[in-house]
Amino acid sequence: MSQFNGVGEQPAILVEGLTKSFGEVHALRGIDLSVPRGTVLGVLGPNGAGKTTAVRILTTLLLPDGGRALVEGYDVVREAAAVRRSIGLAGQSAAIQEELTGRENLEIIGRLYHLSWPRARSRATELLEQFGLSDAADRTAKNYSGGMQRRLDLAASLVGQPKVLFLDEPTTGLDPRSRLGMWDIIRSLAADGTTLLLTTQYLDEADELADEIVVIDHGLVIAAGTSEELKGRVGGDVVEFIVPDRSRIGNAVAAIAKINEGEPHADPETGVVTVGVGGRGSEALIEAVRSLDAAGVETRGLTLRRPSLDDVFLALTGHAAEDDAPGGRQRGSRGRRRGDSKEMERTAS
Amino acid sequence: MTAVAETVGAPGAHHEPGLRVRFGWAVTDTLTITRRNLLVWMRVPAYLVFTVIQPVMFVLLFRYVFGGAIPVHTVGGYVNFLIPGIIAQTAAFATFGTAIALAQELKKGVIDRLRSMPMARSAVLAGRLVADTGRMLVTILIIVGVGYAVGFRFEQGFVPAVAMIVLATVFGVAICCISAYTGLAIGDEESVQAFGLIWLFPLTFLSSAFVPISTMPGWLQAFANNQPVTYVVDTMRALALGGPVEASLWKSLAWLVGIFVVFLPLAVRAYRRAS
Repeated sequence: MSQFNGVGEQPAILVEGLTKSFGEVHALRGIDLSVPRGTVLGVLGPNGAGKTTAVRILTTLLLPDGGRALVEGYDVVREAAAVRRSIGLAGQSAAIQEELTGRENLEIIGRLYHLSWPRARSRATELLEQFGLSDAADRTAKNYSGGMQRRLDLAASLVGQPKVLFLDEPTTGLDPRSRLGMWDIIRSLAADGTTLLLTTQYLDEADELADEIVVIDHGLVIAAGTSEELKGRVGGDVVEFIVPDRSRIGNAVAAIAKINEGEPHADPETGVVTVGVGGRGSEALIEAVRSLDAAGVETRGLTLRRPSLDDVFLALTGHAAEDDAPGGRQRGSRGRRRGDSKEMERTAS
Repeated sequence: MTAVAETVGAPGAHHEPGLRVRFGWAVTDTLTITRRNLLVWMRVPAYLVFTVIQPVMFVLLFRYVFGGAIPVHTVGGYVNFLIPGIIAQTAAFATFGTAIALAQELKKGVIDRLRSMPMARSAVLAGRLVADTGRMLVTILIIVGVGYAVGFRFEQGFVPAVAMIVLATVFGVAICCISAYTGLAIGDEESVQAFGLIWLFPLTFLSSAFVPISTMPGWLQAFANNQPVTYVVDTMRALALGGPVEASLWKSLAWLVGIFVVFLPLAVRAYRRAS
């Protein structure tokens, strides 16, 4: 710490007015971030929002067009070598050599961090143990499950004992159980004092893991705060229900439009309708039941609940977190994912 | 605009290790990457098949199936004509592995991870080239061995034989630079493989590697007579079997230097910008 005489208070990550374009595509249009030491920042946004671009700039893989970014006080452009000594990166896929064993993967990374052979070996053993991979240590990583590969990947990012760890969508593509396992690991890293920047398109993930959340959309930070603060933006509780007959969604929206000033949101694919009802809770719920009944709209699963970050995203952007997703990911995925998280709650309890 | 930041480290100089330390790291990092690549190579049966079994099949195919129909005026007959050609072709084809491996590493994020680490930036490419040179040399020696089994003989003694093997290896490494560049620039293993076929097949087959160029139609001769594989193969043949070395050697070296000068920087640039 002596190198930071008197500036011990500086944030682990400081980003000011960062911009980056790829031709006509403005991936980042001037974002600001400040991440205090030892905290977890969740960067939340749909595919293509600019999350990965930001991570790539902060990890010295990409040069910004404008603005500046400091990691542990080092400029990512001018002092990239010093930044690289302070950080770890785990990207969206398992960046491991599948033909090598878990142990070999970590030993090689250790050697590339200029650890001595004995130290590289002992560090590999430590990490394999910490990540529950000791039994599989000497099997080739090709035979690992997806969850194990991602754990090995995360272990690799920790070989150099980084002060700041960047996790770009660490649970994308994992099954619900592996995802929970990953969450536990991330929580324990945060508890050990590592500064974490975590990008995700899963709102529940940011909710679970992050101290502070920034929401990015189209290359801009559109909201920042704790999960509670962001939920406060929705304005209290949410009434949610499903309209099984999709052709009646319009009637349902019309029926509940008058119970609150908030605009109802309907997903035409899944038939899920939500509306923020402020602090009027059960009163609003009763009104909703009456109006829907009067309109003759059949509904299922009518509930009053605390707002989720899904609702926050809707409230902030007017579109669901994954609506922007390009080709491969269908619009229905939002509904599916919702199913997933329920599945996970069950596994968790 | 983007080039500026690639020369990192200077402003924060007092934090930076000295030049000697960094040079030491560049060497050990290169060796670490080399070791990793050789380990991977030995673990993947497909790589062994492509780099060892396929060239041996080619030797047998041309020696015993096509060879009889190809008239050559070479000491020792077609088998002596063939082996230098096959060696050059094999060295060139071995670089498929270079391109595919780099494209895979790029896609899986391995290169991102390595670039985000405080290791020597030159080591990933250097280690790749060193490992592939070793791999190539093993393959070449195997073919020489198989060649001897089917009747090939070096006619000029030990030193020219070694010179031929060295030239073949240097040629292979030059082609390796082109392949490394395509692997990093294209970044998708299947496209890389398809693209490799498009340029490597004509380059090696439309040369003096398998048949005398004089048997080709005129328009093809124009190409075959003036491309690097022909110069390299002619030089290798002269070294192995006798005949004038100089003219084709200088042209070979000029081509090889040209390839290094153009494609090594391109590959380095593609690595730095890889995404």
